[in-house]
Amino acid sequence: MKRTIFGNQVLPWLLLAPQLVVTLVFFLWPAAQAIWQSFLREDAFGLNTSFVWFLNYRALLNDGDYMAALGTTAIFSVSVAALSMGLALGLAVSVDRLVKRAPLYTTLLVWPYAVAPVIAGILWWFIFNPTIGILPYLLDRVGYDWNHRLQSGDAMMLVVIAAAWKQVSYNFLFFVAGLQSIPASLREAAAIDGAGPVKRFATITFPLLAPTTFFLMVVNVTYTMFDTFGIIDATTGGGPNQATTILIYKIYADGFLALNLGSSAAQSVILMAIVIVLTMIQFRYIEKKVAY
Amino acid sequence: MVEDRPWLNRLTHLVLILGVLIVAFPVYVALIASTHPATAFSTGVIPLWPGDQMWENYSLMMGSGLSTAGAPPLAGMILNSLIMALVIATGKIAISVTSAFAIVYFRFRFRQLAFWAIFVTLMLPVEVRIVPTFKVVADLGMLNSYAGLTVPLIASATATFLFRQVFLTIPDELTEAARIDGAGPMKFFRDILLPLSQTNIAALFVILFIYGWNQYLWPLLITTDASYYTVVASIKRLAQAVDSVPQWNLVMAAVILAMLPPVLVVVGMQRLFVKGLVETEK
Amino acid sequence: MASITLDRVGKTYPGGGQAVTDVSIRIADGEFLVLVGPSGCGKSTLLRMVAGLETISTGTVAIGDRVVNTVEPADRDIAMVFQNYALYPHMTVRQNLAYGLKNRGTPAAEIARRVDEAAAILEIGAFLDRKPRALSGGQRQRVAMGRAIVREPAAFLFDEPLSNLDAKLRLSMRGEIRLLQKRLGTTAIYVTHDQLEAMTLADRLVVLNGGRIEQIGTPMEVYRRPATTFVAAFIGSPAMNLIPAQIADGALTVGGVRVQLPLPSGLDGPVTLGVRPEDLQPRRNGGDGHLTLDVSYVEDLGAQRLVHGRIGGHAMVCTLPAGHAVQDRLFLHADADALHLFDVQGGRRLT
Ligand SMILES: Nc1ncnc2c1ncn2[C@@H]1O[C@H](COP(=O)(O)OP(=O)(O)OP(=O)(O)O)[C@@H](O)[C@H]1O
Ligand SMILES: [Mg+2]
Repeated sequence: MKRTIFGNQVLPWLLLAPQLVVTLVFFLWPAAQAIWQSFLREDAFGLNTSFVWFLNYRALLNDGDYMAALGTTAIFSVSVAALSMGLALGLAVSVDRLVKRAPLYTTLLVWPYAVAPVIAGILWWFIFNPTIGILPYLLDRVGYDWNHRLQSGDAMMLVVIAAAWKQVSYNFLFFVAGLQSIPASLREAAAIDGAGPVKRFATITFPLLAPTTFFLMVVNVTYTMFDTFGIIDATTGGGPNQATTILIYKIYADGFLALNLGSSAAQSVILMAIVIVLTMIQFRYIEKKVAY
Repeated sequence: MVEDRPWLNRLTHLVLILGVLIVAFPVYVALIASTHPATAFSTGVIPLWPGDQMWENYSLMMGSGLSTAGAPPLAGMILNSLIMALVIATGKIAISVTSAFAIVYFRFRFRQLAFWAIFVTLMLPVEVRIVPTFKVVADLGMLNSYAGLTVPLIASATATFLFRQVFLTIPDELTEAARIDGAGPMKFFRDILLPLSQTNIAALFVILFIYGWNQYLWPLLITTDASYYTVVASIKRLAQAVDSVPQWNLVMAAVILAMLPPVLVVVGMQRLFVKGLVETEK
Repeated sequence: MASITLDRVGKTYPGGGQAVTDVSIRIADGEFLVLVGPSGCGKSTLLRMVAGLETISTGTVAIGDRVVNTVEPADRDIAMVFQNYALYPHMTVRQNLAYGLKNRGTPAAEIARRVDEAAAILEIGAFLDRKPRALSGGQRQRVAMGRAIVREPAAFLFDEPLSNLDAKLRLSMRGEIRLLQKRLGTTAIYVTHDQLEAMTLADRLVVLNGGRIEQIGTPMEVYRRPATTFVAAFIGSPAMNLIPAQIADGALTVGGVRVQLPLPSGLDGPVTLGVRPEDLQPRRNGGDGHLTLDVSYVEDLGAQRLVHGRIGGHAMVCTLPAGHAVQDRLFLHADADALHLFDVQGGRRLT
């Protein structure tokens, strides 16, 4: 809290105005619209709209496709988080050990952060292209017939790899920061106590990284739920057979492609609730960090 | 710590080199593909060594695009992306820094309410409210315009909180000294607060530039006029049109061009980038 | 140059307590007034009300003839030096000094002249083009002073300007501030919790306690005739001994010893007796009216020895010249005018 404050009553509103106007017009109003819309249903010709209470929500719960999308999102999120965080942790621990050349490796590892998800998707889509891609060619040699256009598992693998690839650099940077904040004296004490490098990692470093790991888990889940839209859209389009349709993609597909506005709005509202929970968790983490 | 275990040191470098290779692999493949003629792909597998068509491919994509795929020249789209990224970054910073100033340095009625209004934007990513937001923008006649591309993305709770954090660490005495020195609120803002937040602004700018450049869904929805296409949002259009007529060399040239600017920014301003990234998450 | 008048000034913080109560002081033009008191007694609050950084809840503050209660700090014609200096970190020393003048629309030539003059007085000319970050603590302190004097204000306000310096530097800066203020003849209010600083700097000092004035006076007045036990204990180092005593039949008894003292008539019953350690003189043997100190331990300070002990069960300290031998017990005498009597309840001075 500031002690010195300016007495003006009008000026702060002028300063806030741009932010508040944009927030109101493009955030709060649409969000309210989504909530309102989620209680409405249009007839087949779009002529009549009626207020249907929670019918859209109930329909979603009974909709096999929606439940499948929930499951797909969960699998996708967990796989991406596990893969990218695992790789990032290995790399971060390695860089942290280095005395020299750490900045060089860091530079060479962080740039994928700047690559748009859709481009990450296209890059891996090209590599996995069933006709000319290099990886299917190699897989074919070992007897695996890769085809993400037809095989659900292959399609999921493709989007997971693309999404994880882009996210490694982000996780890497935060793990490095987390490792650097562990006092060297702790690891030195463990070394004096006779713990070897592996044991030191397992008993000292990793437990102390827990806050970072937890934070990254939340961030990665948020990332896979929203930012990976481009990856899905550009590579699998949610297919084959909806095998890679995550929640966000379904909102888009139902709202813009199928024009099922009520259902799309209900899905938006559910997703908003999920983001609110995730944001709350993230803020709880920050509070902890401050107290730490 | 003094510790010399040769095998462990070798393992460390091995892990890192492997990591660097995995990270670079897809981009290497794309880069190589973009240097070959289209015929190089008919043999069934992607070439792994550079070809000699780099200049031709890139200049073709920059200058004339792929008319069959409905893709205008990249030069124009890159310009649009640049405008979008710069306006978003500048706009977000401008409105966040003034908002934070208002929230930290003034006491006024409904201050808490304003704070919360900004805070909830954190919980409403554009993807979630995409349908109604699209409708608002359409109703305002902002489809196919730079304003439509940028303004709806410009509100930022993250940036506002970052500046709030920065301002809270500036000692009260500095403000008091400025007041005694005859600086009113706006003068204080300009002469003291902005210069003191300079590095934070720069770091945030790097992050937001990347954010703006990499926007996908939003520009995809609101631009139907090719003169407003951005390069990142057009990649899919390009790639899928080409899937039937293999012109992978050209698509990959476009991919490389689309990722080059933000990657250069990250590599060139690594220190600011890391600072910006770590701080916005605090 | 101006006088400053505080008339029944009070401050209540919103949500906080009463920080300052009913303070009235008239500070003459050119006077160096020191506000002294323990931490949290309201010194800074009072100073900041004069500066205009804090609103005034009750009463009035006038600078010269003008009541300034609602005047902006910039328009009060004052300059302030902060404990942490509050130099603008992104400006050079020159820009720091010039900022206030520029905001007032002072012509560039005049600014340059004043900055150079201040730099010469404070000997900071050599680093006018450095940023504060590249200066030592003492140099920063000088720059903060410089920022105050270039303004040529009606009054200087200092809020513990020396407490971030090491002991030696603090001593020399103390002297410089005193000389500078006399030379410029500018009215000054100076806040400190260090009684030694207060004693050495002040023309007059104001002892504050719990937001109220305990005593106003010249340093020697306050030292010689502390108005309350609080002031008695606060001013002077080592602190004045305060021990319970009895008055019966016009005679004073301390630890079983009758002490000769011309007492005002009408006093009877328990009182608090105050005597400064340096006013206690050693005597060869216990005689009439001599106090007997059971020595606990001795601290050697070089120039003097501090003898700690007890009289009739109450702790007592006395100062002896260096090299003075001390046995298990010490006989002490104090002149009548070195004995202070205070009311037991309110702590008010009785004599
Ligand atoms: N902004 C505020 N809101 C509420 N109470 C305050 C505020 N500022 C100070 N106080 C209270 O007012 C009283 C006086 O504070 P002040 O800062 O004037 O003390 P001080 O004598 O300068 O102490 P120090 O020597 O520690 O600087 C204290 O009890 C303090 O807690
Ligand atoms: Mg104070």
